[in-house]
Amino acid sequence: MDTLPGMALPAPARPRAGLARTVANVLYRRRTLYLLLLLTPPLLWFGVVYLGSLLSLLVQSFYTFDDFTMGVTPELTWANYQALLDAANHDIILRTLAMAGSVTVASAVLGFPVAYYMARYATGWRKGFFYIAVMLPMWASYIVKAYSWTVILSKGGIIYWMVERLGLLPALEWALALPGVGGSSLSTSNLGRFLVFTYVWLPFMILPIQAAIERVPGNLLQAAADLGARPAQSFRTVLLPLAFPGVVAGSIFTFSLTLGDYIIPQLVGPPGLFIGNMVYTMQGSIGNIPMAASFTVVPIVIIGIYLTVARRLGAFDAL
Amino acid sequence: MRSEARREDGPRAPVWLRVLAYGGLLFLHFPILMVGLYAFNTEESAFSFPLKGLTLRWFQAAAAREDVLGAIKLSLQVALAATGVALVLGTLLAGALYRRRFFGKEALNLMVILPIALPGIITGIALLSAFRLAEVTPNFWTIAVGHATFCVVMVYNNVVARLRRMPHSLLEASADLGADGFQTFRHVALPQMATSLLAGGILAFALSFDELIVTTFTAGHEKTLPIWLLDQLGRPRDVPVTNVVALWVMLITAVPILVAWRLTQGTEDVAGSSR
Repeated sequence: MDTLPGMALPAPARPRAGLARTVANVLYRRRTLYLLLLLTPPLLWFGVVYLGSLLSLLVQSFYTFDDFTMGVTPELTWANYQALLDAANHDIILRTLAMAGSVTVASAVLGFPVAYYMARYATGWRKGFFYIAVMLPMWASYIVKAYSWTVILSKGGIIYWMVERLGLLPALEWALALPGVGGSSLSTSNLGRFLVFTYVWLPFMILPIQAAIERVPGNLLQAAADLGARPAQSFRTVLLPLAFPGVVAGSIFTFSLTLGDYIIPQLVGPPGLFIGNMVYTMQGSIGNIPMAASFTVVPIVIIGIYLTVARRLGAFDAL
Repeated sequence: MRSEARREDGPRAPVWLRVLAYGGLLFLHFPILMVGLYAFNTEESAFSFPLKGLTLRWFQAAAAREDVLGAIKLSLQVALAATGVALVLGTLLAGALYRRRFFGKEALNLMVILPIALPGIITGIALLSAFRLAEVTPNFWTIAVGHATFCVVMVYNNVVARLRRMPHSLLEASADLGADGFQTFRHVALPQMATSLLAGGILAFALSFDELIVTTFTAGHEKTLPIWLLDQLGRPRDVPVTNVVALWVMLITAVPILVAWRLTQGTEDVAGSSR
């Protein structure tokens, strides 16, 4: 075939002789060698840097910390794990878990309608628009988002202004007076902290749900309608069970990210540490790496259990 | 014609669903709008709403600040180094895992995802404890090593998705025509992977540029941009500069994300799906 004018065909690769060719041929025949060569650099990196660090952390969680000399000695002990059961530490763990749980539920409730609309009703340009509109806040800087909320929730800030304008100040004050929810102002209340957490992790819930709903074939719902199901019925008995793995997949992110966070609890909300704050303080000002390490094992174990359950529920296929 | 257009639109959503969906979007964008607004605020140390007035002068003030520029520079350098490592390791992993089945493949997969699936605090304290054990003082490279570890998955996800869709017959045809493995990689596989590499690289870059939690453990005295911002929050006198930098950070990360999205359009990659 003639070359069209103005359209240069790429020159065909010329067979070479020499070392490169020999090496290439050997690699082609010895597939395992080839695989090993590909895998060695990443395996070394992850093995040494990541798994190595995790292992060293685990080992150090059994080391002894001397309260008087503030030094760490490599004598193995269970003391750090026993200390986790102290009432104060116990509280920290429960507080963090409660927040992670409520943030996850709230994200699912808020995120589901958005994801549902994206997957079932948004077509054409709207689909792209929604996708970008969810993805941009998700990727926007975490610290800037958290900072923005401290501005929004501050006294004299926009929320207080709106609440005042609407004459709802008494309602807000009532809500802030509730035990467990409230605090002296929005930015020092659990409510404020919960809002910020939900905001920051919500996109991580929306996208997996949207993907899961997208995968439900439309004709299943049509079949349900043909068989006489009302829209609400086919939603509940057909769509929801099929979309549920997506919710679980999203909840892995919202739950795990809340569980390990220590910046937001520092910026917004009442005093009272989270697991993350404890880890950070322990290793930082006190230098008690063993205690910090044993505290870190708590979220690892919880998330391990969570992931096992999530796998059973089919969440990994929805990731 | 008209009926055609209507079918394109699909069924219309019930009003309550539309309200909830657009309400959700509004919630997601409201704080971002506030960042944009407050950057122009004239007030120096408070956040009162409505704003007292608008000004551009804080932009100048922020651009003149050495510490801001230094933090931006450090963050860019770290992100570049981390992205470089992630590109190499992610591509190697994708090449090894996309077709072959072998013992331990699932475990490898998990290992790549783990650094972003586990909370950052775990990665952070683990790295720090290992660095202390090895008596490495935190520096530029400790930050970059930490970042590279959780950036690999971005490149890996994008490249592996592309490779899985590339017909294997392309590679076979290349070999039949006499190309050796390196030539096939250079002339056939690499052009196929190019945009996915770029998209993965951009996402890795953005992820590293914004990372805070792991960095607080591995940075020592170095100040990346997110750490600089975190430090600023305790300094009420610097509020206007902080506001401006916050807006900059938003803009710096939004552009690459949009580019990455464009690059993966129509290829079924969900670019940001597993941050």
